[in-house]
Amino acid sequence: MEATAASSVKPHRGARRRRSSTLTGRDRIWLWFMVGVPAFLHIALVWVPAGLTVALSFSEWDNLAPLSDISATGFRNYWIIFTIFEADLFGALFNNLMLVVWLTVCSAIGMLFAYLLDKNIRGTAVYQSIYYFPVVLSLAVVGFIWKSTMFSRDRGLLNEIWPGGPVDFVGDGTKLFSFDIPFLDPALGLSKNFAALLVAMAWRHIGYIMVMYLAGLKAVDPALREAAQIDGCNEWQSFRRVVFPSLRPINVIVVVITVIEALRAYDIIAALNEPRGTDVMGTLVTKSLLGEGGGRVGFGSAYGVVLLLLCLGFIIWYVTNHYRESEL
Amino acid sequence: MTKPAESSPKRRGAGLNRRDFMIGGGAALGGAALLAACGDDDGGGTTATTTTAAPTTTADTGPGSTTLGSNYSGEKNREALAAAVAATGVETMINTIDHNTYQENFNTYIQQPDDVVSWFAGYRMRAFAGKGVLGDISDVWSGLNGMSAGFRSASSGLDGKQYFVPFYFYPWAVHYRKSLFADMGYSIPATWDEFKALCETMQGDGITPLSAANDGRWPQMGMFDMLNLRVNGYDYHVSLMGGNESWESAEVKNIFSAWSEILPYYQPDANGRTWEDGAGALREKQTGMYLIGTFLASQYEQDVIDDIDFFLFPEVNPEHGQDAIEAPIDGFMMAVSPENETAAKALLGGMGSAPAIDAYIAVDPSVVAANSNADTSGYNALQQRSAEVVGSAKYIAQFLDRDTDPDFAANVAGVGIADFLGAPGNIDAILADIEAKKQTYTFE
Repeated sequence: MEATAASSVKPHRGARRRRSSTLTGRDRIWLWFMVGVPAFLHIALVWVPAGLTVALSFSEWDNLAPLSDISATGFRNYWIIFTIFEADLFGALFNNLMLVVWLTVCSAIGMLFAYLLDKNIRGTAVYQSIYYFPVVLSLAVVGFIWKSTMFSRDRGLLNEIWPGGPVDFVGDGTKLFSFDIPFLDPALGLSKNFAALLVAMAWRHIGYIMVMYLAGLKAVDPALREAAQIDGCNEWQSFRRVVFPSLRPINVIVVVITVIEALRAYDIIAALNEPRGTDVMGTLVTKSLLGEGGGRVGFGSAYGVVLLLLCLGFIIWYVTNHYRESEL
Repeated sequence: MTKPAESSPKRRGAGLNRRDFMIGGGAALGGAALLAACGDDDGGGTTATTTTAAPTTTADTGPGSTTLGSNYSGEKNREALAAAVAATGVETMINTIDHNTYQENFNTYIQQPDDVVSWFAGYRMRAFAGKGVLGDISDVWSGLNGMSAGFRSASSGLDGKQYFVPFYFYPWAVHYRKSLFADMGYSIPATWDEFKALCETMQGDGITPLSAANDGRWPQMGMFDMLNLRVNGYDYHVSLMGGNESWESAEVKNIFSAWSEILPYYQPDANGRTWEDGAGALREKQTGMYLIGTFLASQYEQDVIDDIDFFLFPEVNPEHGQDAIEAPIDGFMMAVSPENETAAKALLGGMGSAPAIDAYIAVDPSVVAANSNADTSGYNALQQRSAEVVGSAKYIAQFLDRDTDPDFAANVAGVGIADFLGAPGNIDAILADIEAKKQTYTFE
């Protein structure tokens, strides 16, 4: 930050002798102001509520009684979600994990699409528009479109053409595959309706990632590719050894986006009325906290803290491992 | 909660931007996790609140003015409510809030409410009465005429005092198309055996006997409640909803074994079907009967509405007959410390009387008046039947999510019912799970 600010300041006498003096008093104030205001907002709007959520997760409150009636319950909320609501909790965590895996696959497909479209084939603009179209829709709208026009058992397009009669894409919570986990009663697995949801999410995610890579590919110096070709690289080698490494900044962003999208997934499932078998952490939190049934603040906060820890864990791991390494 | 990365490709070279992005990503995540915590604080603040002053008829001599918090946010409903308030003659400021927003923020709103608030009968009212945020209006009730005993008990708190004035209601019953029954020679079943026999006949005729929807996990709560009322009776229903009975009891198992007897007559895959799609099947005569609220008519054109009738769910256990009906009631309550109690009570008394609901129904004829003195001459056939069956019911239940802790209804009982429809054979495990989860609720 300092370097950027300093270089933007007009050089004046003495600048070369004492570099630190290029920051006049007014610059410093501006600098503090520009760093301080966002930092203050960030702490006040993100970390203070986060801290309050953690505190509430150790308490019991019906969201109605005065604040003085909030009673501390220790780890009771956590004990309940890990022993009594464990099928909901681990089912939701498993679905979030499935999302991480699936959206990673979709990101790879998005990159492939971008690579192909970047070759200036005929009608590139048309393909780009088609793939990008779903991205301009909010996930809630995407959910609604798929629910009413594609998945609906009685009227859905997919059910008209599906071999072997109508399928209940929205309501069928039976598992496509599952793993038996010791001391967890219902086996963890991917339910049919969540698999259907994954398809709807892919429809949007692929276009999103594609556009990011298209932008990235435009910035790759064509001379690099030419050089690779002259050196006798085939298509795969030139992609693997030359293009892909130069896309590193985009890769960093795409990985983060993919994981964040997977962990925070909520809207499309809510738009489908949260069919059984499709819970993710986001829906568990809101079910207990929001709405008229929102009388279990401590309980919903405990779900929220589990999600927060997952997110923090990922971010800390990612920042320390990848980000610092790329800076050096 | 927008995607902070969307602009990132343009400035991909700078490490600084990426650091900003990482922080931004963290913000988005933390925000997502804590969305709810933030959302609770804004209460009604984000909602568009409109204020309508009802015409005053009593300028100086009346009880003064009061305020009414309203969730009648549809254009027609708003207009109808203003007409009803005007009919009471009490000077009232109506604060209208979007229906769903009002409901979801009610916990916050009731802490600083208007003098009079619109709400629902049953547990949803009792829970707030028990927490001391509602005013006792038993004296208003002593002046009310035309309210049946069923409405009185649905308006009473656990302490026996009244906290609610019923306005209108819509019963749940088995709907059918008169022309289909006439063409096929079906007759209305009065008992469980006749009901099952009729289903069997319909299936033989190539008609799916029962429309079945459960998208959103509430439509089948209606079937659970009906079977419970018929098999175990109203008192058991209240006790079970109050958290005082075990979900693994023989009584509850009897509900599900009776239910299993009619599951073969259901439309397949109920869990994925919206109630509107179930209504569509009944219209097309693909299905023969549909247990749903009378709001079903809102799905149909006039010629189909004229062909729709309903009958009470048949008797299962002769001990209870058909003495109970499910009819969610909407009405009004008073805040615990209103600014003008006299005016608030005058308004509540007025809203509970016939002229107010008459004025309401003149504008919005889709509901049925709670007050039996209301003018029924303008009712269509369905409204008349609704008034008739509810007026003669000994007990009026609300609905599973109105008669118990709404969180328990949505996140435990509703999920269990959906699981049962998906895999009826697992019912013992499902009930054990409901019972274990029930223990974590206090049902205050």
